[in-house]
Formats: sequence, structure tokens, C-alpha cells
Amino acid sequence: MSKKNLKRLDLIFKNEFDTEAILAKTLVRSHDEIINDLISSGLKGRGGAGFPTGLKWKLTADNPGDEKYVICNADEGEPGTFKDREILSSVPHKVLAGMAVCAKIIGAKKGFIYLRGEYKFLVPELNKILDEFHALLDKLDLAFRVAIFLGSGAYICGEESALFESMEGKRGEPRNKPPFPAQKGYKNMPTVINNVETLAHTYSIFKYGPEKFRDLGVKDSRGSKVFSVSGDTPIPGIYELEFGMTLQKFVDDFGDGDAKAVQVGGASGFCVPRKKFSKTVIGYQGKLTGVSLPTGGSMMIFNSSRSMYNVLHNYLDFFVEESCGQCTPCRVGTQQLLLGVEAVKKGEKPSSYLDKLLDLAETMRITAKCGLGQSVANSFSSIVENFREEMIY
Amino acid sequence: MSEKINLRIDNIAVSVTEGTTILDAAKKINIRIPTLCYHEDLCVAGNCRVCMVEQVGSDRLLPSCAMPVAEGMEILTNSLKVRNARKKIIELLVSEHRAECTTCYKNGKCELQELSSEYIVGEDGFIDLIPFKDYTIDLFSPSIIKDDSKCIRCQRCIRTCAELQSVSALTVSHKGDQMKVTSFFEKPMYEVVCTNCGQCVNRCPTGALTERTYIDHVWAAINDDRKHVVVQTAPAVRIALGEALGMPPGEIVTGKMVAALRRLGFDSVLDTNFTADLTIIEEGNELLQRLKKVLVDKDESVKLPMTTSCSPGWVKFIEHVFPEFLEHVSTAKSPQQMFGALAKTFYAERIDADPAEMVSVSVMPCTAKKFEADRPEMRSSGYKDVDYVLTTRELALMIKQAGIDFTSLPDDDYDSIMGVSSGAAVIFGATGGVMEAALRTAYEVVTGREVPFENLNIEPVRGMDNVREATIKIENPLPDWAFLDGVELKTCVAHGLSNAKKVMEAVRAGAADYHFIEIMACPGGCLGGGGQPIPTSPEIREKRSEAIYLEDELKVIRKSHENPEIVMIYEKFLKEPLGHKSHELLHTHYKGRSRY
Amino acid sequence: MSEVKQMVKELANQYGRSNESLLPILQGIVTKELHISEEAMIEVARELDMSAAQVYGTATFYSFLDTRPTGKYVIRVCKTITCMMHGKNQIIRELENLLKIRLGETTHDGVFTLLETNCLGQCHKGPAMLINELPFTELTPEKVRKIIIEYRNREISAN
Repeated sequence: MSKKNLKRLDLIFKNEFDTEAILAKTLVRSHDEIINDLISSGLKGRGGAGFPTGLKWKLTADNPGDEKYVICNADEGEPGTFKDREILSSVPHKVLAGMAVCAKIIGAKKGFIYLRGEYKFLVPELNKILDEFHALLDKLDLAFRVAIFLGSGAYICGEESALFESMEGKRGEPRNKPPFPAQKGYKNMPTVINNVETLAHTYSIFKYGPEKFRDLGVKDSRGSKVFSVSGDTPIPGIYELEFGMTLQKFVDDFGDGDAKAVQVGGASGFCVPRKKFSKTVIGYQGKLTGVSLPTGGSMMIFNSSRSMYNVLHNYLDFFVEESCGQCTPCRVGTQQLLLGVEAVKKGEKPSSYLDKLLDLAETMRITAKCGLGQSVANSFSSIVENFREEMIY
Repeated sequence: MSEKINLRIDNIAVSVTEGTTILDAAKKINIRIPTLCYHEDLCVAGNCRVCMVEQVGSDRLLPSCAMPVAEGMEILTNSLKVRNARKKIIELLVSEHRAECTTCYKNGKCELQELSSEYIVGEDGFIDLIPFKDYTIDLFSPSIIKDDSKCIRCQRCIRTCAELQSVSALTVSHKGDQMKVTSFFEKPMYEVVCTNCGQCVNRCPTGALTERTYIDHVWAAINDDRKHVVVQTAPAVRIALGEALGMPPGEIVTGKMVAALRRLGFDSVLDTNFTADLTIIEEGNELLQRLKKVLVDKDESVKLPMTTSCSPGWVKFIEHVFPEFLEHVSTAKSPQQMFGALAKTFYAERIDADPAEMVSVSVMPCTAKKFEADRPEMRSSGYKDVDYVLTTRELALMIKQAGIDFTSLPDDDYDSIMGVSSGAAVIFGATGGVMEAALRTAYEVVTGREVPFENLNIEPVRGMDNVREATIKIENPLPDWAFLDGVELKTCVAHGLSNAKKVMEAVRAGAADYHFIEIMACPGGCLGGGGQPIPTSPEIREKRSEAIYLEDELKVIRKSHENPEIVMIYEKFLKEPLGHKSHELLHTHYKGRSRY
Repeated sequence: MSEVKQMVKELANQYGRSNESLLPILQGIVTKELHISEEAMIEVARELDMSAAQVYGTATFYSFLDTRPTGKYVIRVCKTITCMMHGKNQIIRELENLLKIRLGETTHDGVFTLLETNCLGQCHKGPAMLINELPFTELTPEKVRKIIIEYRNREISAN
């Protein structure tokens, strides 16, 4: 049976029915005050990349532009992640309030929720909520409107610049950076793009102040985090937990007692084997080594009945299809990794070919155009290095 | 004023203006960083990842073509990390490329092959992906062959087609491993809006896009004793052919080219420049006639502005995109097709040859000319007027095949007749040249005086600006042209189809009141044509342009109507411009095509 | 005016004629026609003043914008890791048997198309599938049978 060591938090999902009061209170504050609160709260982007949210808003506010935009990134496509759907279903007003405050600060009149096509069934309900919310904004005298922009089945559109391209009627291919969204985002205008969860957290910060948020978590990783737990667990679902836990504690709570590995951060994240559970901390601190792991909140648990070759094969299959295809390392690299592990498994290539593939994964990490191509190496290397025998036999 | 940024590349200090890319900064200190998707004429894509460099202190590499410099940057272009990554990227590209180099048309001229050789990509590379792929080789177009199995998805062709030509016949479709460069619903190029301009061919780094070659057909004709093989050479070939044979850009090789053609075995070596002069007479008179019908007769069925018709890429473009303007296009055939029609009629008669046994070959800087020669209406002689069109590149290949040491050839002269031409004809090869040639003649026809420009050089229509305008006021015309007295003749020149589109949109919007517009489909005009030697760049096109205007200056005759052979052909054969014979042989019509 | 032309025109009136309208228009076509035909794409290109190839390039990028005809109900079974771990192959086998088609095919009456898709974001409730836009989760062969029978019955009563 699973234990309950970790404190379950209830910041995000608590429905408080006080949007109007919180917005009214926040919108009259000075922009600097709000931004300073966000910065001192330590809130970092919850999509996985972890950029400080207050700084993002400040940079966008400071950049000149005829029009500016706030975009809520609800293109939740990372395998093993489903928390944003839940947040948008149960507490959408918190997300919208975050967007409205951001809009006022940066000077945006228009905002969008880029909702993945797989979540189209949420649209009717969301539209109703948007109508109510727009009425509230009118009451508060804020000229801001939010529209839903629906995706159509492309994982890569979760990458922010690919998302802009997609909204502009193009193929969702990531752009060269610089320029960054704060300089040139949607329609080449300064744009704030935040993950659903990030925006929901801003609401808590507006309401309770930065200290309460800061008190949660550990150094460099403040606040709570919503985790999507799936795989070999008796209790799959969505959980709000504190940053800074070890993976061991997590597995003790959520595993089925036979966990041999946890994939942290989805297919583009890292695979941690049992022997490293106690040394692995979930949070942003330090570098992206095996020691501490940032995450968009996907936690997939695999027990000893699972073949890690099959797991890796499934991920690679996913990347081969979902790479946008524009840059060489990602387009061709993903195909080579997939065919390569198949060839080794079938005995058509020697096991030493895995080293060439590890080398390739490293090249992809340092040369690919966007986060997708760069992070394929995370799962590939961590699985092949930790479960090499399973790749061969 | 933009600020200077100081950085170090491979430990060499360099100072460049803000916004410069690392690639350009390195170029400035003569460090070459290999590239594939980058092309000077196109916007930056940053997708091949070959040009990656290391920034000291940073974990990931940077794409030097897309990354602007920053103060204090320390860049390494040749560190171990860079070299390893670069080699891997090249290996990856080779793995998805059907690397059958020895049987490839681009063998020896392929940028991927060059890099692969430079980085010693061996047999221990990655798994060959080609057997896992469905690929198509599109052989249907008379101009361009598209072979997906050679494509490395750098998208130079797509950017060319969209940015330079605003045609967008090519696109990227699908994603991931299925991603490919293709056309609407993956139809053959022949069925879509492709203008056959070949600018994509000029920029394709591999053998994925090549011209359709007719070299073997031409050899067969040459080796057939029954056939009389006539060859014509377009104005822009003589200033670019040298590049494909080891000479620097901008060399005039007219005499050597003629000598080589003779050595190859062509029976008559003639000049498209002759029919370029003829085009000026026909088209110039057409313009004057249109002016008269509009200004004097108030004939509303006659359309102005009139546009040129010598660029077959432009003609197909207007047929697709602006079909409502087809009556604005001069009915005069292009010089190639005028030549073809005359070769199997007038010329055959003069040399007493049976036109049925005549093979008419043209050497063109152009791939669209192959399509033009295939148009069903281009059979005025009763036969196919031009049988085979070779590009400048194909001629260079034939010269190599024949073992001719081109650079040491003595100069030779064209045969006569249809071999003499004026300076006005040679400038057809540069953007603005047709306009200048037409003005030199039309102005003199109307006023009896030379155009009022020093040394006949009409500078306002020259150069490489996208769109150029010139107005010439007609004063004291000859009595026949009295209605033109005081008229300001408004002309416009555009090159590259994106610029052509802008001009035509202005005309459509009523925002332009030109009388005469010259349009060339290719950037720089024919000198930058899709059949010209590869590579191309603004600098190379500039050199070719200088050579063209120099060739003009060196000519004794500078005006089309003073070409003695032109005078003769009207006396002996055509009788008068726009006359019965001209209409039969030298004019044509166009057809509207779908834009989609 | 052809029906397709009329439909695209109406969608363009609704969503606008800028580049930003392209995806919503294409999605609108799929909602109405189930797939985007060559003719429809040409009309979109015309309305938005862009090249047909560009429309094709964008459309084929997105998995949900089918360019080939599909059935009235498109079933997309998630094939990503946790759904795979929880038996998506069994679900697909069941669907293939029920519908008498293989993965990637459409039933002869044009009612169902069976496809696989990448992560649906229902990993805690796998195996999962979409029928058009509606998600079905925690699938078992029995549950799948029930769902398909329900859709079939709906079709029968609609006819």
C-alpha cells in the first residue's frame, strides 16, 4: 500500500470564488509592486523550462510594441502530463485572472489560450467561462479579451515560438532565438507566454502575497507544483506537492512497491533508476544533472515487469513523429536513434553501436534548434546508460 | 548609427556593427564556416545546423548564420566539440540522402558531397535511411527534375520560390520523419504554378533539383550526318560560361564559346542576339502602335502598359497569377523562339537546307526556355522551332566531355547570317537591358535623334535595384509621330518575380501609369538565370552585369535598328515590322492558367 | 457556386481572411467535411490570398487535419507510453474485430475510421481514445464494445 509521507497541498485547486475581489485589489496596485511580488515569490515557469515569471512580465512590459499579447500555453502535449487540463477544467478563473493582470502590466488588449486539439471537448465550457470573465473585466474597467485558439495535433506547438507560428497560420516550426517572445512573439510583437499552471500560481501570489508562496519548496525552487502521476501506480492522478522532495519519498507514496524507474518530466525528461531514487531531488536547483530535476510535472513510474527497451522505443517513436522536421539533428537524429536501438536489439549492430548513439544524442542536445530536439537526449541517454543490458538482450 | 561590437573568433579580435551574425563576422576575418541551408540571397533559416560554433563558457553550440554577435563573445569555429558535432550533422544528412554520388547529375558539384569529403565521412556512419523511405522522382517537367531521395530539406528552394519569386510552388509538407519538400498535394511540378524559372535549381545544394538535360539528344543530332544542326546562344551565356569552366565570374568568353561550339560539331553557330535585335524592332514598333491606338484612335481594346515577353518564366507567371493582364504582354515572341521560327524558314532557305532535317538547338541561361520551346504554339515553321534547349551549365559539360581546353581556345566569330548583333542585343542579358535597347531604337524612330543619354547608356534603367522607373519626354518628333510630342514615356523595370508581382499589383490598383514595363523572372535578369553556373550571389551577378555592359560598349553597332543583318532581313524576307510574315513567325499568344 | 466554395467563403467570413485565420478555417472544414479536400484547400488559398502549396504545407503538419477522406467518426487510440502499458494493443485489436477493419482504415459504410495517435493527456486513465473530439478513458474491451454499439445504434436511428 502506498504511504502518505508527502504533504498534499491545496493551493491551486481550492475553489475560492473570490476572483472579483482579488482582481479588484490587484489591478489597482502599481505594476512595479506586482512584478516585485512575483519576482520575490520565486515563481518560475511551470511548463518545464523554469524561467522566472516576474522577470518575463517585466521584460515584455519594457519592450516597445504597437500591440502586445498574453498567451496561455495550454498545448499540454508532453507524454505523462495532464495537469493543465485539470486546472483549466476546475479553476479556469485563476488562470484568466493571471492573464488579466499580466495584460494590464504589459499593455495587452488581447490574450489567447492555445488549447491543444486533444482538449477540444473543453471548449464549450471554457467559452461560457470566458463570457462571464469578460463581463467581470468590463465591470473592473479593464479592456482585455481572451480567445481560445485551438491546436490540431502537433506536440511541437507547445514550444513557444512554434506556437506563435501555428497561430499565424503556419507550420508549427520553432524559430531562431534570439529574438525571444518578450521582444518578438506572436505577430512579431512583445508577448508573454505562460503555462496554465504558472498563471494559476500568480493568482495565489496576488491573493496571499509572495511570502506564503516562498515559504513552500526549497532554494531556487519555490512554491508548490502540480504533478501528473501515471504508470505503475495504484493511485494515478494529479497531485499538488512541494518542491524539494526526493524521488524516494515520491516513490514511497505513489509507487506500487516494485518501482524500478521513474521518468521525470515526460518523454523529454530523465529516467531515474531505483538506485538513484534517494539522491534525486525534484526541483530547479543546480544544473540539469541527475541530482536535481526540473519538471513540467510528469511522473511516470515503471515497475520491474516493464521492459525499458519498450519504454525507450515508445518515446523514440513519439519523437520521430512529432519532431517538426526542420532541423537536421532532430529530424534525422530521432530516426537514427530509433533504428539504431532496433538494430542493436535485433543483433544487426554490435552493442558498441549504443555508444555511437549516445554520442549522437549528445550532438542533438547541443545542436538542435529547439527544446524538443535538445531534450531527446535526456530520456535516451538516461535510459541507455542505466538500462544498457535491457537494450541489448 | 549602429554600435560596433567587439568579439574574438578563434582568438582573433574583430569589430563589427550590431546585428551582424557570427558567420558574417568570421567571413570578415577570412574564417570560413561551412554552411548548407544558408544562402546569401535568402532569409536565414538556421535549420541544417552545419554552421554551429562554440561560445566559450556555454554548453550548447550556436548556429553562426542565425546568431547575432554580442560584446565580448569568444567564439571557436574549429574546437573539438564543434568538429565532432559538425561531422555528426553531416553524417546524419548523408544518411537521409541517396548518396549514389558517381551516378548523380550533380557529382562533383554537390555541396553535401564536398562537406562529406572535407569531414571524411566514412562507411561507419549511420544507418542508411533511404530504404525506409517512400520517395518520388518527378520527371514530368520539361525543365526541372525533382528527386526527393537527394533532398536534405535545407529549404533553400522553398525560400527561393517564396521570397525571390513569390510563386510558392514548393512547400514543406508533413512533419517528423515524413517531412518533405513538395508541391500542392504532391503533384508533379508540371501541374502546379511552377514557372520553370530554375532559381531553385541554382540554389539546391545537392542533386534534388536539377535541370532536365538534353545533352544526349544534342550529341545524337550532331553525330547524325543527315542533320544540319543549328545552334544559337543567348546574350547572357557568353559572360557566364567561363565560370563553369574554371574562370572567374565576369569574363567575356564570346569568341571562345563560338570556337568551342564549332569544335563540338554544330553546323551553324549563330546568335540569339540577332533575334534580340529583331525583338526590339518588333516589340518597339508594337509599343509605338499601341501608343498610337490608345492616344490617337482612343481604341479601348488596346492595352497599356505593355510588358515585355522575352522571359518565359515571367510569361508563365503572368498566365498563372495575372491572367486578366495577358493582353498587356507584348505579342512578340522571345528571341529564342523568333530565332527558332526563322532558322527553319528563312535560314534554311538561305543555306538551302531541308528544314525537316534541321535540328535547332539553343544555349540559354534559363530552364524555363526548355518549357517555352515545348509550348504547342511554338511551331510556326511547321516543325518544332527549337528542338533542344541547353543551359549554360549543360554547354559547359559538353565542352568538358569533348575534351576541349576552353581557356586556351582562340576566339572565333559567329557564322553569318543571323550571327551579327548590336550592343543593344547583348544587354538583353541584364535586367533593364531590353528597356534600354528598346528606348535606343524607339526614341530614334520617333524623333530621328539618339536617346539623350551620354554614350547611349541609359543609366536610370540599369543597376540591381528591385524596381526602377525612368521617364523620357518626347520633344520635336518626326511628323509621323507628331501625336507623341510632349508625351512623357513612363517606363518601369523589375527583376525577380516578387518584384514583378509588386509592379503588377500597382498596375492593377491603378497606382502606376506606366507605358512600358520590362520584367525578367530572374534576379539580375538572364545573367542570373536558372540555367547559369552555380553558385550565384549578388556579387557574382554584379560581375556578370559589368561584363555585359562592357560587351555592349565594345560593340561598333549599339542600336538594334542599325544591325545590317536586321536591315537585310526586313528588305529580303520580313518586309516590314509587324507585317504579315512577322505575325506568322515572330508573334504569339498566351493562355490563362490556374493560380492554384 | 459549389458547395465547398460556399462553405469556405462562410468560414472565411466567420474567422477572417488573415494568415491567423488559416488554422481555424481548416479546423472548420474538418468539422463540417471530416477532411480537407483538394478543392477546399484551393478555395482557402483563394480566400486568404496565399499559395495552395502553403495551405497544403500547413494542413499536413497537423495530425488532426486529415487530407484524406475519413469516416464520420474518427477513432484515435492513444499509443503513448502509459496507454501502451495499460493495454492499448488489446483495445485496438478489439476495435479491429468490431469494425472489421485494420488500423488506418475506414469501414466500408464510411462510418468509422480507426487511427492511432500520440498522447491524449489522459495518462492516468489509460488506455484512452478520442471519437472525433470526445475522450473515452479507462478502456477495456467490454467498454469499447459498448461504446461502438452505442455509436452504431445512433447511426441506425439517424438514418
